[in-house]
Amino acid sequence: MATVILPASLTMLFPGAPRKVEVAGATVREVIAGLDELWPGMAARLCDERPALRRHITVFVAGERTDLHGVVPPGAEVHVVPAVSGG
Amino acid sequence: MARVLLMVGTKKGAFLMQSDGDRRDWSLEGPFCAAWPVQDVAWDPATRSVLAAAGNAWYGPAIWRSPDLGKTWEHSSEGMAYPEAETPVVAAWSLLPAGDTIYAGVEPAGLFRSQDGGVTWSHVSALREHPTSAYWGPGAGGLILHHIVVDPADPARAWIAISAAGCYATEDGGASWEPRNKGVRTDFLPDVEPGTAEVGQCVHSLQRDAAGRLFQQNHCGVYRSDDGARTWQEITAGLPSQFGFPVAVHPRTPNTAWVVPLDEDTRAMPGGRAAVWKTTDGGDSWKQLTAGLPGTQAHLNVLRSALCTDTLDQVGLYFGTGSGSVFVSGDEGESWTEIARHLPAVTSVETVVLEG
Repeated sequence: MATVILPASLTMLFPGAPRKVEVAGATVREVIAGLDELWPGMAARLCDERPALRRHITVFVAGERTDLHGVVPPGAEVHVVPAVSGG
Repeated sequence: MARVLLMVGTKKGAFLMQSDGDRRDWSLEGPFCAAWPVQDVAWDPATRSVLAAAGNAWYGPAIWRSPDLGKTWEHSSEGMAYPEAETPVVAAWSLLPAGDTIYAGVEPAGLFRSQDGGVTWSHVSALREHPTSAYWGPGAGGLILHHIVVDPADPARAWIAISAAGCYATEDGGASWEPRNKGVRTDFLPDVEPGTAEVGQCVHSLQRDAAGRLFQQNHCGVYRSDDGARTWQEITAGLPSQFGFPVAVHPRTPNTAWVVPLDEDTRAMPGGRAAVWKTTDGGDSWKQLTAGLPGTQAHLNVLRSALCTDTLDQVGLYFGTGSGSVFVSGDEGESWTEIARHLPAVTSVETVVLEG
């Protein structure tokens, strides 16, 4: 299991979704698939059809920036971070 | 008693305004859709829901749906995706409910449809597979499919508008498409004889009147087509500028349309004087309408979907501005009242008349 920390701008789109959640998965892609099982549609908010993380979404595993292929060790913290951009 | 629901899209969410048939006193609720940039808000009569086409820089495209006039909302983009490895869909830009089908135009330009009220979507792939799609290029607003028109008498016939590609039409429900831009100038293409380019036209809006005539406001003039877009006649003469974004047509009276000319350089109303222009003869002549609109230092712009009518007996006209104002006319544009101000930049206005 990984501990996933989600941004408020994402959880507000899915009523009941907490900012911190335990999800199974050995890679970032599997963790996001786990989030999508809990809150259908969440994977489409984080990933596009290339497939890849959306351009302004960044994922850190145990403090290291990674992509969908990133390995998620048991017990790791996974931070989903939207870019500070826009206006 | 009839109520008018005015659905307003803005760069920071959707807003809903309501009035009785007098159209004097308006309520205002919003912002909805998590204050995402909303490009179009439409009424789906099949599900009696408000739909909003949106796209957020972080979380991608979504169609938002409210079955209860804004009290609750859900969102989905399931199926609203191109094949793997293509440039991904980043935003939804336009909506057209047509019978039991809802069409959505997206950025980068493409067309999707839903047959379950906007929950799941499928790609109308033949449009992007047309060989001329290689020549599509983004306008200042991006490569966007911003208008969809369906023939109510024959839903297999439809037209779409893409900036900057032009108008395309289908006669077989989207299985095949052809560009229809003959006669539309492309002054920004230096090596092309005016009106002869097959594609590349910078169409800004596309509407069809009650008699089936098409009207388009283009980067390079205003045009009318009497033959389903196969040929276009320019009808810019009499207007103060060839440039503008929206065109609206009368819901029942043919040959009656409105445009909002903008200065081509500043993209604001010419001379700082707010005006809407109306034709009742298919564009042979135009009348300037200014009563109730600000007459000095009003450097307003009106984007491509931010002008619309309603369907009451005395037709109302509505426009929203980049500076966050909404104006309404209860007499086809002869006189105007500002009914909202200080909203985020308005991207779209649409109405529906609700009974009871």
